[in-house]
Amino acid sequence: MEVGQMQRSLVDYTKSLFLEGVLDGQFLQLQQLQDETNPNFVAEVISLFFEDSQRLLNDLTRALDQPNVDFKIVDAHVHQLKGSSSSIGAQRVKNSCIPFRNFCEAQNIEGCVRCLQQVKQEYFLAKNKLETLFRLEQQIVAAGGSIPTMELSF
Amino acid sequence: MGMAAAESQFHVLAVDDSVVDRKLIERLLKTSSYQVTTVDSGSKALQFLGLYEEEQQQQTNPPQTPCVSPNNHHQEVEVSLVITDYCMPGMTGYDLLKKIKESSSLRNIPVVIMSSENVPSRISRCLEEGAEEFFLKPVRQSDLNRLKPHIMKTKIKDQQNLEKLEESEETQFQSSPPTLPLQEHQQQQQQEQQPPSNNKRKAMEEGLSPDRTRPRYNGIATLV
Repeated sequence: MEVGQMQRSLVDYTKSLFLEGVLDGQFLQLQQLQDETNPNFVAEVISLFFEDSQRLLNDLTRALDQPNVDFKIVDAHVHQLKGSSSSIGAQRVKNSCIPFRNFCEAQNIEGCVRCLQQVKQEYFLAKNKLETLFRLEQQIVAAGGSIPTMELSF
Repeated sequence: MGMAAAESQFHVLAVDDSVVDRKLIERLLKTSSYQVTTVDSGSKALQFLGLYEEEQQQQTNPPQTPCVSPNNHHQEVEVSLVITDYCMPGMTGYDLLKKIKESSSLRNIPVVIMSSENVPSRISRCLEEGAEEFFLKPVRQSDLNRLKPHIMKTKIKDQQNLEKLEESEETQFQSSPPTLPLQEHQQQQQQEQQPPSNNKRKAMEEGLSPDRTRPRYNGIATLV
């Protein structure tokens, strides 16, 4: 594939992530913080997000598996996940944390378990899509092209 | 250009338990040319500021071993501002704010609180306790423009305190009372004409150049 074509498909792919609500404007804020002095900033933050989220999801699974669920602990984990997903612009992960916290407050185990499944699904979706995005970027760079900058128009 | 150079002398301590948010705030601050240290808890922040040891020393009676930390009189790095997350396990951002404002040595450091939740009572509580700003997360580059005035205000206040301190040191070192007020007065006048003393110079190296700070200080002093 020639570079121009790869660049166009990167732009289209990024747009689709915004249209599907996988990402929101905060992701563009991250991109703006990336420059020559910090060429891998976005990838670094996102990989920290993956590690952190994976840990939180494991902790949540374990916490909801206890005979006596400590909803305070569950809520604290969901709060953290909501915060970090909001910080990188993973909109659907963030949104899926909202009903989860409500079920924590209501001390509803079934509701929490269902929400955990939903959050996991959104997390893995975001993870796959972002990995694809970075792969496209790497291919362009490997072919000697530059990463097209996204417009802030949506 | 000149502004970036001045800001790079300011050191910001950022406190957040989230690794993702630490990375983000660090980058945001560095983009604004601040020097940054990040820590993941309020107690580590106090340790960095040199407060933790100070407190322990007061509690232990008599102090057992001399303090291990090199921070026991003064933090090594002069922190110009603390920006902290509100919701953290253990010591919250609000607790940290209170500790800083209760400490005579740290009180003047401006504190900014960040939170992902827009809870009005929380915001007013923090502001009442002496926080300079309350940022909603995710923090954006435009929010950071609001930090500079607080840092500058503190610089000026610190300098006034330093001058007061110098005056009181002089009084202590002088022996007998009757002529004292006059002497003090003369010395003050001399001081104003002479190049700044060591202490002063140190403060200025860390802040702005003397010729830039001086007029601003005077301007504000006449306003008050």
